Order: sequence, then C-alpha cells, then structure tokens
Amino acid sequence: MSAEKGLNLTLKVWRQKNSKDKGGIETYQVSNISPDSSFLEMIDILNEQLIGEGKEPVAFDHDCREGICGSCSMYINGQAHGPGRAITTCQLHMREFKDGETIYIEPWRAGAFPVIKDLMVDRSAFDRIMASGGFVSVNTSGNTQDANAIPIEKVNADMAFDAATCIGCGACVASCKNASAMLFVSAKVSQFSLLPQGQTEAKQRAINMVNQMDEEGFGNCTNTGACAVECPKEISLENIARMNREYLSASVAKE
Amino acid sequence: MALSGLFLIFFLLQHLTINFTSVFSPETFNELSHFMGTNFVVQAILQPVLAFGVFFHLAMGIRLELMNRKARPVKYAYSKPGANSSWVSRNMIITGITVLLFLALHFYDFWIPELKIKYVDGLMDDTTRYYPELLHKFENPVRVGLYVLSFVFLALHLLHGFQSAFQSMGARHKKYTPIIEKLGTAYAVLVPFGFIVIAIYHFVAH
Amino acid sequence: MSKLDSRIPEGPISDKWTNHKNNIRLVNPANKRLIDVIVVGTGLAGGSASATLAELGYNVKAFCYQDSPRRAHSIAAQGGINAAKNYQGDGDSTYRLFYDTVKGGDYRSREANVYRLAEVSANIIDQCVAQGVPFARDYGGLLDNRSFGGVQVSRTFYAKGQTGQQLLLGCYSAMSRQIGKGKIKMYNRHEMLDLVIVDGKARGIIARNLITGEIERHSAHAVVIASGGYGNVFFLSTNAMGSNVSAGWKVHKKGAFFANPCFTQIHPTCIPQHGDQQSKLTLMSESLRNDGRIWVPAKKEDAEAIRAGKLDPTQLKEEDRDYYLERRYPSFGNLVPRDVASRAAKERCDAGFGVGTNETGEAVYLDFSSAIMRYGQEEANVKGIHNASEAQVRALGEKVVEKKYGNLFQMYEKITADNPYKTPMKIYPAVHYTMGGVWVDYNLMTTIPGCYAIGEANFSDHGANRLGASALMQGLADGYFVLPYTIGDYLADDIRTGAISTDSPEFEAAEASVKERINFFVNNKGSKSVDYFHRRLGKVMWNKVGMARNEQGLKEAIQEIKAIREEFWKEVTVPGSADGINLELEKAGRVADFLELGELFARDALERNESCGGHFREEYQTEEGEAVRDDAGYTFASTWEFKGEPSEAVLHREELKYENIELKTRSYK
Repeated sequence: MSAEKGLNLTLKVWRQKNSKDKGGIETYQVSNISPDSSFLEMIDILNEQLIGEGKEPVAFDHDCREGICGSCSMYINGQAHGPGRAITTCQLHMREFKDGETIYIEPWRAGAFPVIKDLMVDRSAFDRIMASGGFVSVNTSGNTQDANAIPIEKVNADMAFDAATCIGCGACVASCKNASAMLFVSAKVSQFSLLPQGQTEAKQRAINMVNQMDEEGFGNCTNTGACAVECPKEISLENIARMNREYLSASVAKE
Repeated sequence: MALSGLFLIFFLLQHLTINFTSVFSPETFNELSHFMGTNFVVQAILQPVLAFGVFFHLAMGIRLELMNRKARPVKYAYSKPGANSSWVSRNMIITGITVLLFLALHFYDFWIPELKIKYVDGLMDDTTRYYPELLHKFENPVRVGLYVLSFVFLALHLLHGFQSAFQSMGARHKKYTPIIEKLGTAYAVLVPFGFIVIAIYHFVAH
Repeated sequence: MSKLDSRIPEGPISDKWTNHKNNIRLVNPANKRLIDVIVVGTGLAGGSASATLAELGYNVKAFCYQDSPRRAHSIAAQGGINAAKNYQGDGDSTYRLFYDTVKGGDYRSREANVYRLAEVSANIIDQCVAQGVPFARDYGGLLDNRSFGGVQVSRTFYAKGQTGQQLLLGCYSAMSRQIGKGKIKMYNRHEMLDLVIVDGKARGIIARNLITGEIERHSAHAVVIASGGYGNVFFLSTNAMGSNVSAGWKVHKKGAFFANPCFTQIHPTCIPQHGDQQSKLTLMSESLRNDGRIWVPAKKEDAEAIRAGKLDPTQLKEEDRDYYLERRYPSFGNLVPRDVASRAAKERCDAGFGVGTNETGEAVYLDFSSAIMRYGQEEANVKGIHNASEAQVRALGEKVVEKKYGNLFQMYEKITADNPYKTPMKIYPAVHYTMGGVWVDYNLMTTIPGCYAIGEANFSDHGANRLGASALMQGLADGYFVLPYTIGDYLADDIRTGAISTDSPEFEAAEASVKERINFFVNNKGSKSVDYFHRRLGKVMWNKVGMARNEQGLKEAIQEIKAIREEFWKEVTVPGSADGINLELEKAGRVADFLELGELFARDALERNESCGGHFREEYQTEEGEAVRDDAGYTFASTWEFKGEPSEAVLHREELKYENIELKTRSYK
C-alpha cells in the first residue's frame, strides 16, 4: 500500500493548441509519483509543474474521477484508457507502471471525434446519435401506469441493465481499427429493445440511430472485438449482434 | 459482406468435395468435373451467381476498407492493437487480397484454359481430360508452394470470416455461438488443409 | 424579513400540493411556445426539468460545463432512490417517508416541501420505468428494494450500484428526444458566469463558451439554477472535479438569498485518503451498510499493530473487535443516518482506534465476513448441501455478495489494490453533499423573481442532514413534477412579453463585468496556481469547518479564509489566454467563488449555536457525545443576503413550523 519509492517517468504527450493546429508529441519528465496515485493525479502533478514553469498545462477531459461520467479519454501506451481491463483512465493507477518507464499519451483518434485541444476531443457525435432515437417516446408527465404493472423477466432486465451501463466515453471508437461506434450505439438499442417499454419503437430506433452513426463518419464494424475488450463497462458484443438483428429485420420489413 | 462470405464458404465446401475425389477416385473426379463444366444450370446460373458473389465480396471488402480508413484520418503515434484483437480480425484486407491474387493464378491456370478447351478447341465432350490436367498442374513445386501458401492465407481469412459473418447478421446466442465459433475454426482449418492435402498428395504421389 | 415569503399553501399537509396545483395559474400550450426558459445544469434536476419543460411546449436552453448532459455528477450516485411505494408491504407510506425525511434532517427542513417530495416520489418510479430505466428486479419480474440508513423499511429502488447513472441516462434520453425535436437547444461546454436581471426579474445569463472562449448573452423569461452542490469548497470531496458553486453564488450575489450554507453532509463510507497527491475522494455506496459491519479494534495496542502493518485484521478475535455502531445504536446499528455514522467514526479515530495507514490513522473497517458466511449458509441450505465446509460456505457467500455489490467491490479493489472479499474494507468519512443552497419558496423560486433553484442547488428538503437515496428523489421530483407546474404560475404574466432582447444595458453591464474578471485572471502576474489556493482553502474547511466545529476554530477559519482570498487575488496565476479552452481559467473563477462561499459557510456555522444533523458544534453535545439541538433558539433556516463581502452578509430567518410532526430529540438508539 504505502509508497516507499516514487516513480520517475518520461511522458510523451500529444499537444495541440486547438482544432486547427497540427499538433505534435512533447516530452516531459515527472518524478517521485506515488504508485497509489491515479493516472490523472499524475497528470495533475505534471500540470502543476508546467504552471510553475510558466507553461500551459495539458488540457484533458475528466470530471467524476470514479469511472462513471465517461469524461476521461486518454490513449495510453497504445490502448484506450491504458493497460488494465474494465477501467477508465481515472481508475488507472500508477502502480501499473514501472519506474523509468516511457508513457505515450494521446487523444482518441477518429474523424468523428476531432481533437479540440491537447487530449480533449469533441464527442458531440454521440449526443446527435442519441437525439436521433436513443429514447423511449414517453412523456415525462408522470401519468404513466404503475411501475410494477408489467413484470419484466429478470434475465432481460439484467441484460438491459448491462447494456445501459455504457458511459459514452468513446473507448470503443478509439480502440476500433475502423473507428466504429457500433458498441456505443448497440448498447442503447439493446437496452431498449430488451424492455417491453422500448420494444414498440425498437425497429425504427435501430434504423434512425444507425443512419445517424453513419452520417457522423464513424467506420464500420468488422467484428475485431477490440471495443468490447477495451470497454470500461465490459459491454458485450452480443449487443452489436442484437442491433444487427433489429436493423436487418427492420430494413427487410421497411415499406 | 457477411452474406456473400457465407455463400463463398458454402461454395468452398462444394469445391473441396469435388477436388477431394481426385485423391481416391480419378473416375469420380472426372465425372463430377465434367458435370460441373457442362451442366446448363451450373454453367448458366450458378456460375454467374458465383462470379457475382466473388466480385461483390471483393468490391464491398475494398470499399469497406477504404471507408474505414477514412474514419480515422490521423493515426496514433503509438498503438498496441494486439492487446485487444487478433491479427486475423484486423487484417482481412491482407488475407483477402492474397486470396484474390491466388484467384488470378487460378484463372490463369484453370478458367482461361477451360474456356479455350471447351469453346475454341471444341473439346466439350471430353470426359477424361480433367484428372490428367489436375496432375499436370501439381507437377511444378513453385506452383504447389504458392498454392499451399494461398490456402494458408485463406485459412487465416476464414478464421475470422466464418464467425464474423454470423455476428454481422445478428446470429448470436449464448448457447449456439460457442458452437458456431468452434465450427468456424474447424472449417477454417480443415477446408484449406483439405486443398493443401490434395496438392501435396498429387505432387508427391505422381 | 419581508422578502422571505415561503408561499406555503393553506390547508392540511396532505392536501397542500393538490390544492396548490388546482389554484396556480397555467400557461396555455400556444403561449408556451412564446416563452423561453434557461436551465443551468443538466443533472437529475436540470435534465428532468429541461425535458419536461420542453415537452410542455416551452423553448428550453440548457447549459452544462461538461461535453454532454450525460456527464453531470448525478451520474455518480450509487445506491438508490427512495419512493413510498410500499411494494414490500413493510408499512411504508407517504407519511412515513415524509416523517423519516424530516426526522433524518434533524427537524430543520420545511414540512410542506418534504411532504410534497414524499407524495410525488412514487410517480418518479413509474415515470422512470416507462422511460426504460432498468431497475433491479426479482425473479418474479417485479421491482426489488433495499434498505438505507435512518429508516426501518425497504423503500429504496436501485440499479446495482449505478442507480444515479441509470436515472440520469433516463433524463438524458428524455432530453435527447426534445433536442432532436429542437425544443431544447443544448449548450454543452458552456459555463454560466452571471445572471442578468432586467426590471427586477431574472431575464438571462452571461455564459462562456468553454471551447472558443467567447462570452455569450442568452435571454429567457425565467432562469432555473440546477447546478448541484458546493462540496468542492473542501477541495477533497466525492464531488466531480468540475462541480462548483458558481451558478448559485452568482445568483446569490445578484440578490438571491443563500440558506444554511453550513449544512454539509459528510458521508461515512468513502475510501480513505492515500496521500497528498490525492485529487478527489471516492464514495462507497451506503447500501454496503446493509450487509457490512463497521468496527475498529477494541484495544489500542491492536489498532497500533494494524497501523504498523504487524497485525492482520482478519486474525483479530471477535471479542477484540468493537462494533461501535451496533454498540452505541442497537436499534439502527450499522444503518444509522450518515451524520451519526460519520461522527462515530471520527470519534473512534480521534481516540486512537483508527486503522488507516496514513499518519492520522483515519480509517475504520467495513467488514463483510459475517454477511458472506450468513448468505453462504443460506445458499448451502437452498442447494441442499447439509454439511458444507466453512470454505464452501464462504465461497457460496462470496458469490451472493458479488451479485449484490460486485461493482463496488471491484471499484474498491482497483483503487486500493486490496481484495475486500478477503480483508475488510477500510473506509473514512468524506464530504459528499450539501443540504444548504439557494433559498427557495414553495414554488422553488428564489428571492429573485423568475429565478428558480432546483435539486441540490436549493436548500429546501433535507434540513440539516439528508437521508441516503433521497438526493435522486429530490432532483427528479423537482425537475419532473414540481417545477414544471410552479413555473407556470410565474410565466403566466409573460405570455405577452415577447422575446427578451440581449441588447439592454443590463446585459451589457453583466457582460462587461464578466469580461473584466476574466481579463484580470489571464493578465495577473501571480506566482501560484489555482489549485494551490483551493487546497489551502480545503484544509481550513476540513480542519475547522468539517465534521466537528467549535467557536474558536470557526472564528479562525473566517480569518484564514479571508486571508487566502486576499492572497488569491494578488498571487494567482492563470497560464494561457482567454480565447479558447483554458481549464485553469475555468477553475480560477470557480475557486474565487468558493473562497467567498467558504467564509459565509464558516459564519453560518458560527451563528448556529446548536448541533443538528451534519452541523456538529463541539460545545453542544451530551456527555455521550450525541448532538444537542436547540429547538427554542434555532428552529429556522438561516438565510443570507449578500451585501458585498461575506462578512457583511445579513441574516434573515425563515421560521420552520412543525404542525404535523412533533419536534423530538433524534434517537437511533
């Protein structure tokens, strides 16, 4: 637990002033990092150091720092959210690294996620996909039937929950060699199509969301499975298959 | 992709079955080859469908690859894709193009001579020429080598392609998918291996 | 005093809300289209309000500093949401939820608001299920419940340890639907930097586009503040890094009264601090107290040996453990309310029984071994294994516990590298929630006409202490079911107003002052980072205005905070420019506001000469260390009016009348 010896590290960090700047990798040194620190706390230390030198700190997205808001998004040593499974960048701890190591830190790379500064990208494409159909068309007036009126098989409720745990971080897109957003989109499509409340619009939802996804410029799914491996919430490829099913049957049945 | 892929997978099995008869019965091989080469349904309907299937699979594959490359205009400086996915799944375009190159060889070896024999030389009714032609093809060690190598790549292509086709069509099930995956691996290994066996058998035996 | 009209409707408490709804004015659908509403913040309160207002027909402009509404910090709420559904048939009712909430809040909340909250709670569950929120279900397909601190029924609905996430995504979905329709215009990565008042009414905001750095004017007929709590005044808290008081503080400085700033909840079950490099604290859901037992060693020498790493806690015999909550509060045991549990942990650690590895030894155990064995035995019985070995029972039990709390255990292990199935978790209290906030009347309107505050940003429902799983309930109640009604009463006057111009001198002046402050920050040639000041403020707050407060400490804190603030304005440095993304600039603005709030916070704590809920004054306690409330002197909400400096703020009192619940000493013994 306790840190007898701090880590000394070389960081290769992507720096880019704004979306128009070309950007490039800069090299920094940090020393005496506690192995109990989180990765982002290590970046905080780097930033304090940079501010002390009168330089601009590294801009990066982060908020809750407990793995649920989906803000943090670093491509660390060649992997989305770095080494380790089922974690976000903020849940990555420095004990995963060795003293003297060189760490590459880059932003998500995808045409649909343009870099806006340093390690920050614009993920609003996800919001637009959601606005195209990621909902159940029910009014929020409260005049709905009793919550227990429709029993839902536990297996389906649990599967819907597992799909719904997606935090929209975009690690799936970042990891996919095609920068495909299928895992993200399918998680939402699945969640609703597994529940009776969402089934009514399941087909149209699949079509709308997939069309919007294509429009945003994400790549196609070639089933490499990288997304599911890197997903901090371990969303399963099963969801992609379910969406494919919904989409195919909807396309066939479409008038 | 998936649909044409599955179609080609089916075709491959049929192709192997016929070719394999050459190992134990030259007569059956001749008979079947002649049937395939002269039957109206096979020639006028199934063959164009196959050609379309191959072309479609190829064209869509290349289009997919180009679109997917466009989806990530700026590459990572350092990426470790091996950490989360298999080489075969990421390199379908490479294994696919290798198989395509083999097809070119196959055309040169088989398709063009076939047309010449059948329609230029007018030997449509020769029912025994197929087996000797086959033996002739497998005399050259370089060609056998290329043949074997191509089928190794086909195996790699199928290792991912078989089960991927099911996933793309939404056929996934907790109970059946593991079976499909095993079946896919078995198919991807056994079918190309079968072709390789045929080539080596004839190369060694004759 | 005249300004503090709480507008509580007449009549018996159970009819107030119904009568009120029947009597307030409405805006007809055609006119709603002519009215704009700004909502600042897109958490449970802001998100649900935006969705519902848009659905009713208003034109909503929603603002959040995150890159998407889905990332608001409501997402991190873990345990669950209360609702008086009585699905378990264990005696729950609207009245009981009302009673528990008022009692849990140590009799410092407004009865009528709390009753309304309890009343609409059941609707929330119906609504969320209809929206596709995947709550936990039992094998019969019906909704499952669990129990939370401070109550004796199971009324908490949950979705594993991610209830907040699921509810927020429900709101976000509802918002997305309206965004797609164009009824909500979403302003992501925008931060509100001032409120604009025209002719005495809230008519818009000044916001900074955090990507381009542009300062923008946005007008509306009403402004809703839903920006959450201010726990980050302590620097280390369980709040998100970006959570801030600024929106609430800006409206306070423009005339909205700020109530009970000192009522802050310190959550008992957080992962202890690992060291000085720490940037934030992580909460472990209160639901863990359903099955986990809290203890420290009964003997000091054992605690010392554990701290030194010489003794393994699992080796400690049962009789050498002090299950202090079960000992002190036999009827509620480990499920006492949060304030009580937190103080008890601090008391044990201060007395030298803590087991933390840091120099102060600040940690206690949360132990699942008895639950694991109990569940394991149950499973063994179910499976018909009659002579199961201890190892077998343990393995079965671990499976059950994993099903219930798997993700929390995993989270714990990731942060600490300890396996909580094998060795007890270490926990310690941390700042979590702020009950205080912008003062609002029954309609949720602040003292500025047309300016509303909902969710954690307001002060109304939780008194001096919030019960677990009630924050989500309040956020959604305010946003889905209360504000959309009450705001109509005010907007009914605005159907002929037409679009509000942003060219007025009021907008100009507000924009100028915002720009001036930003220019100051980027041009100030200081030598210290924003975080340097924030950390210092946090230390003062935690040590002197934290879990236990006393007069001398508070007086010192007021002086120290003032000094830090003065130094901040001289010495702060903000690298980079104001055009474009500048995270340090964003932080500087927020910390500047925290530095003012902190002082008012301490002042409020100093003025309240009693101990109640989360506010514990060392001078006011029994011999056994229990809080002593002063109902005769302090049954009121302390409501502060801004007068330039925090030290000059004027106190107004909203007397709290208890007509339906008798004021009693809160006892969980």
